[in-house]
Amino acid sequence: MSLIEIRQLDVTYRVGYKTVFVLRDINLDVNRGDYVCIIGNNGAGKSTLIKSILGLVPLARGSIKIGCPRDCISYLPQNVGIPFDFPATVEEIVLSGTQRARCGRKFRLPFYSKEDRDLTAAALEKARITPLARRRFGELSGGQQQRVLFARAIVKRPTLLILDEPCTGLDFDTAENFYSLIHRVNSEDGVTVVMVSHDLPAAKKFASKVAFLNGELKFFGSFAEWEKYSLYGGCL
Amino acid sequence: MSFDDLLSVLSYPFMIRAIIVGVLVSFCASLLGVILVLKRYSLIGHGLSDVGFAALALALAVGASPIYVATPIVIAASFVIMYVSQNKRINGDVAIGIFSTGALSFGIIITAISKGFNMDIYSYMFGSVLAMSSFDVVVSVALSVVVIATFVIFYNRLFIVTADEDFARAIGINVTFYQFLISFLTALTVVVGMRMIGTLLISSLIIFPAIIARRFVRSFKYLVLLSALISVFCFILGILISFFYNLPTGAGIVLVNIILLAVSAFVSSIFSRFNCRPA
Repeated sequence: MSLIEIRQLDVTYRVGYKTVFVLRDINLDVNRGDYVCIIGNNGAGKSTLIKSILGLVPLARGSIKIGCPRDCISYLPQNVGIPFDFPATVEEIVLSGTQRARCGRKFRLPFYSKEDRDLTAAALEKARITPLARRRFGELSGGQQQRVLFARAIVKRPTLLILDEPCTGLDFDTAENFYSLIHRVNSEDGVTVVMVSHDLPAAKKFASKVAFLNGELKFFGSFAEWEKYSLYGGCL
Repeated sequence: MSFDDLLSVLSYPFMIRAIIVGVLVSFCASLLGVILVLKRYSLIGHGLSDVGFAALALALAVGASPIYVATPIVIAASFVIMYVSQNKRINGDVAIGIFSTGALSFGIIITAISKGFNMDIYSYMFGSVLAMSSFDVVVSVALSVVVIATFVIFYNRLFIVTADEDFARAIGINVTFYQFLISFLTALTVVVGMRMIGTLLISSLIIFPAIIARRFVRSFKYLVLLSALISVFCFILGILISFFYNLPTGAGIVLVNIILLAVSAFVSSIFSRFNCRPA
């Protein structure tokens, strides 16, 4: 069974009396363990697709079914949502990602347990930011902040990890490093990854499937198929 | 001011009542203030206190107990303000502006129709330590305990909702519920504090401690603790000054807060000049 099942999805917004389609008639299935890379030009609706999967934007038509509880989804946003002057340590931010993660437990109090703290330590280690744990989030560099948000996204060992351009603004080495981190999470922990990216070569190296968006879903399939498609007929 | 003078303060029952309620209110206000300031909702307190003023004027006009009339009205108003703020097309500050001026003029009209401006209304607007009966103290303590307990229980949730709303929503946290919760707790705090500090000044208790503490901390936890400490300290200093020099209480407390803000700005600018950040 597929983990994400999108049927006849439309997302619109209104400008005065006009209705503008951001996404039109999207049908998409993502299986468990997939590593899907969503590509497309600016304004193609990539972020909107991701946000509608997360339930952050209202759907105009169609349905999105997700085969795991909401608690098992995690998210790395495109923009750092935390204001730069927000007083919080890296540890506090990563720890906050464990909230609502039930993972087997039926009921949990809204406090952090020993287990949550262990998970946090592991996630900090994985994102290689353990030395930064006690620093204030706002005083870190952009790349370091991105790592913190990544640690927050993976801390609860999600079933589905949704990433919106995780590597924009990162230098080459850091980006490479990041892709291999995501790859490890996907291949070792079996996390399903849906990622928006502009970086085709990197996506080719790691992703198992490509979705090409341009208001509509123009292409969805494996990388080998994508190369044929983009050579004969398709165009970016 | 000798130690005996300080002890003599405690021989007045009304001062003891005022200090008990004031410490609790400053504590609650500083906790919520951290969230409200960081989320740029800090004027909600001000809007609610104006609604509180209207409610007090109404209570005075019909001769009912102020706290019974004010509590439900202010809570209802807090929900309406939050609900209107949810609407993306109306800014939160616009909603608050509409509410506060609307409520203020409503209160003034009620006052004008009933008795005109008298001493009671004046003391509601600018606060009075004499306002508390011992029954009020019991109600105030109960409401403060509700605020503090709720804050402690939902601390982690409130943190994530304050820090990153979209992420909180994405991982399945009911953000709207917590926004209403914050609004509700603010309403309780305003109701408890407004008669002592004054409806026009209560929002300063929410704003100042968080702003002062923010310069000196790097974590959210310490921000909460330090601003609570600062808030209670400023309250006690302010009420003592107002007692010994016969000044209005609310204004005295706000003045202490402003002085501390100025001092903290000065201190932290010196620290940053030497390029070593405090804490």
